[in-house]
Amino acid sequence: MSGVSENRVLAGSPSTGEAARGGLIADVPRRALILLGLFAALLLVAPATVGDYLLSVMILVLYYAYLGLAWNVMMGFAGQFSLGHALYIGLGGYTAGALFVHYGLPPWFGMVVGAAVAAVMGGVIGALGFRFGVKGVYFALLTIAFAEFTRILFDHWGWVGASSGLYLPVEYRDTDDLWLLRGSATMFYYVILAMTAGAFILCHWLLQRRVGYYWQAIREDQEAAQTLGIDVFRYKMIAVMLSAAMTAIGGVFYAFYYNNLYPETIFSMHRSIELMLGVIIGGIGTLFGPILGAIVLTTLGEMLTGLTEDLGLDGIKQMSYGVALLVIIVYRPGGLWPWLRRRLGLEKPR
Amino acid sequence: MPIDFLLNILVAGLLTGLVYGLMALGLSAIFGVMKVVNFAHGDMMVVAMYATYTLYTAAGLEPVAALPLVAAGLFVFGFALQRGLVNRFINATEHMQFLLLLGVAMVITNGTLMVFGPDARNVQLDYAFDSYNVGPLIVDKVRVIAAGVAGGTALLLAAFFRFTVTGKAIRACADNFTGAQVVGLHVNHLYAVTFGIGAACVGVAGTLLLLITDVHPHLSTDYTLLGFIIVILGGLGSLGGALLGGVLVGLSEALSGALIAPSLKSMFSFGLLILVLLLRPQGLLGKQA
Amino acid sequence: MSKKSEILSAKPISRRLFTGGIAAGAALAATGLPTRRARAAAPLKIGVLLPRSGHLALIGQQCQRGADIAVPLLADMGHSVTLMNADIESSPDVARTQAEKLIREGAHVLMGAFQSDATAAIAQVAEQKGIPFIVNIAADPAITEQGYKFTFRNFPTSPMLGMGGMSLFKDIFAATGTTPKTAVLMHVNDSFGMSMLKGIQALTPKLNLPFKIVETIAYDPKARDLSIEVAKAKAAGADMHMVVSRLNDAILMVREMVKQQYEPMGIISPGSPGMYEKQFFKALGKYSEYCITNVPWFDPKQEMTSVLGAAFEKAYPDQSYELNIGFTFEAVLIAADAYKRAGSTDSKALAEALRASNIAKRVMIGGPIQFDEKGQNKNLKSAAVQNRGGKPVVVMPKESAEMAPVFPMPGWKARS
Repeated sequence: MSGVSENRVLAGSPSTGEAARGGLIADVPRRALILLGLFAALLLVAPATVGDYLLSVMILVLYYAYLGLAWNVMMGFAGQFSLGHALYIGLGGYTAGALFVHYGLPPWFGMVVGAAVAAVMGGVIGALGFRFGVKGVYFALLTIAFAEFTRILFDHWGWVGASSGLYLPVEYRDTDDLWLLRGSATMFYYVILAMTAGAFILCHWLLQRRVGYYWQAIREDQEAAQTLGIDVFRYKMIAVMLSAAMTAIGGVFYAFYYNNLYPETIFSMHRSIELMLGVIIGGIGTLFGPILGAIVLTTLGEMLTGLTEDLGLDGIKQMSYGVALLVIIVYRPGGLWPWLRRRLGLEKPR
Repeated sequence: MPIDFLLNILVAGLLTGLVYGLMALGLSAIFGVMKVVNFAHGDMMVVAMYATYTLYTAAGLEPVAALPLVAAGLFVFGFALQRGLVNRFINATEHMQFLLLLGVAMVITNGTLMVFGPDARNVQLDYAFDSYNVGPLIVDKVRVIAAGVAGGTALLLAAFFRFTVTGKAIRACADNFTGAQVVGLHVNHLYAVTFGIGAACVGVAGTLLLLITDVHPHLSTDYTLLGFIIVILGGLGSLGGALLGGVLVGLSEALSGALIAPSLKSMFSFGLLILVLLLRPQGLLGKQA
Repeated sequence: MSKKSEILSAKPISRRLFTGGIAAGAALAATGLPTRRARAAAPLKIGVLLPRSGHLALIGQQCQRGADIAVPLLADMGHSVTLMNADIESSPDVARTQAEKLIREGAHVLMGAFQSDATAAIAQVAEQKGIPFIVNIAADPAITEQGYKFTFRNFPTSPMLGMGGMSLFKDIFAATGTTPKTAVLMHVNDSFGMSMLKGIQALTPKLNLPFKIVETIAYDPKARDLSIEVAKAKAAGADMHMVVSRLNDAILMVREMVKQQYEPMGIISPGSPGMYEKQFFKALGKYSEYCITNVPWFDPKQEMTSVLGAAFEKAYPDQSYELNIGFTFEAVLIAADAYKRAGSTDSKALAEALRASNIAKRVMIGGPIQFDEKGQNKNLKSAAVQNRGGKPVVVMPKESAEMAPVFPMPGWKARS
């Protein structure tokens, strides 16, 4: 595994607590700031220049980048492997969707409730798992088991439409309604862009705080962290609950963007796998990895879709995802971002 | 509820459970020795099922006759997979191994989709419809065969690990990796043999399963998950545990299906899994880690 | 692999070739018939969105065949259309981006998508862009209840399917002089199965059906094994076995029924896939016989049906000629017909023309294809299709029937 310093991409030096408190960008190399600014500006003006199709692809990229950032908090920062994150997407989406459908409550309210529900659920799984000493792959299987369990439960739960699915009413209006999240793709683009940026800044900030260092200590060596007096249980719980809550907010976005929810699709294990593929390819534990991974994977996917039509080989896209995963795991287990960062000359001065 | 209905249900659950157990043997053997969780387990089984199908349609070989061939083929496949890919990761973290095999699984699933297409395939044999009448019981012939093979395979494996030189050497690797290296065992080779044997068990299971269910590329994930449930229930690495876990899942599915609602039956399996993970993570017959 | 190449040669234009793409695509498609049939008028570009990989790949590829074969047939009838195909991978997310993509690449009409969630996602895009969207197959009633102006569905909603299927029961009983008193219902627990169940429960008293449903058994769509479910059905001891299934589970179910020596008067589906498909016949042989499915089906009395059937048999001898083919073909037909009347590819004009559709010469049973204000075709009827001599045969309604129904069916052991 890559060392601690590998993973602190744009974060400041660990030695100066003041620097961290002095501002989010205090210790970031200037070159990185310029590139980041350019990247942000590009994202901000994108809807005005790209067509609807590209916009929808970019929404997908940002959506996966967001989910990847959320998953990364748990896996990349604190080292707890979850294979059941679809559970939190579903809980967030269903909570906000059902509150909207049944009581007309706005998604922003549903977001808070959904995040809370997911955090509690994550807390339950985490508490059970950590207290009973369920580790590593067993913990991953525990997360799958909970996700599958919930999928079947929702398949039978009439209030949320059971297996017939939950449809959010779609109405058309000329103006965007940000309060009820009804409107054009451009609005959804800026919403998910804001969410991703928020998640990015949050992660960046967390990594500079004590909690960030504790997480990394736990990830690298739990026993050692324990000996140093870190409350391992508490910090792992924070990671799981935060990651679950963030993922649930992504689920709320999903519900209002697609307007229909089926337990079969939203709780599916394939979704859990999909959302972590990007992070692994981009670089687990890095800040930019999830974003880079989402860009690479979605672009690759869109290119391969064209190839599918030409060759008549259905399934080539998913197959290439598998190959990409293998290549990364075998040749660049740290992901693409650490490599790209070196190429861009963004290494921290030592 | 009539008693003969309940009896029939229990027998069906027991037999199905033994078939499940057979399917999980390979997963358990591989983990027991290498501590590698094979996420491509269900995919290897789908490959075995397609191999059986191809042998039947192209060469007219009946599944029971094709069984040794498929098992041998899967052995080679497993051996090569371990040697070529998995072995590099033998000392990597668990999640890296997991992700590696997930990649393998994705390649296999979509590879079979590209080669065989999405249609379900099966072999049509008259005896696949037969059943025995024993008093009030109606017992499915194919499941009896499969259950018998499951028991036989487990015994063979146990005998192999206990009595043969290679088997003993493999157990030595499993018990003490460094020690095995010190006394000069070819650990890499032994690991590859183990992976091959695990794959061969999967091959046997897949061949027999084709008599019970049709094969299509997307069968794999469900069987991988089912395999995990079973071996964790029984204890990862324990051969008897795999059979016991299979029977437990089979019976729990049968009873929850009969008494509550069939569509909820896999929820009970996952519930069982959660309970065992929390209360006895080493599984019912597993050794304390 | 020969199957793949057939699909390719039947694909008139690959989308990438259209946009001037890569050499491999060009080389493959050049052997097809891309430009030979081009008319003076620019062809209508239909964006076909189907789940050709993922867990619905089987049906998605089947639908695709219905679309592919439509192009040369329609060309012979003087219609000029080309297909722009996109695989939605059985996922609503992919469906949405692919719909956007096809629109960007110039699709005049969208068509798809078999699965209800993906269809709902595409309908939203179509509505926002003002591009007409023809639903070939998708039964969730919600799709045409959203007030969409550009979505047209030539497929019954699940209540319609249930109604059409249930009302045929009485006709079958009357024609055969056999009336069961009780029935057991086995249904798959997914969105389709659930909405069918609701329909059946609501309709049984309303239609005054002679039998009572004594037990309802729901099973997981991913069921690996149906032995418990069938044992339960057998224990209920009902006269008739009703099913709402998919393909794989229908095969598992009948195989299990034979093994458990469960012999009801008949196996009848009030409207679900599975029992009329080639794979069902292949897997079960003689045990596939006499099962009845009440579904919208080809009208053997329509001329176009035999033309389509012959062309399909020639192009895909190993594939089932069933309703997925028929409805996907009709979706292309509807688009082509609207284009002819609209005389332009303008989306507003096309939508207007679609709304005014009135197509009497079609392949499926029912009145002419017309859409109501919600975009739903109400002139769809179900037929009772019985498996006879290794293929599905229309036995009801009388005016379309090719054979008389057999009910009760002979027992498993009595078959040779």
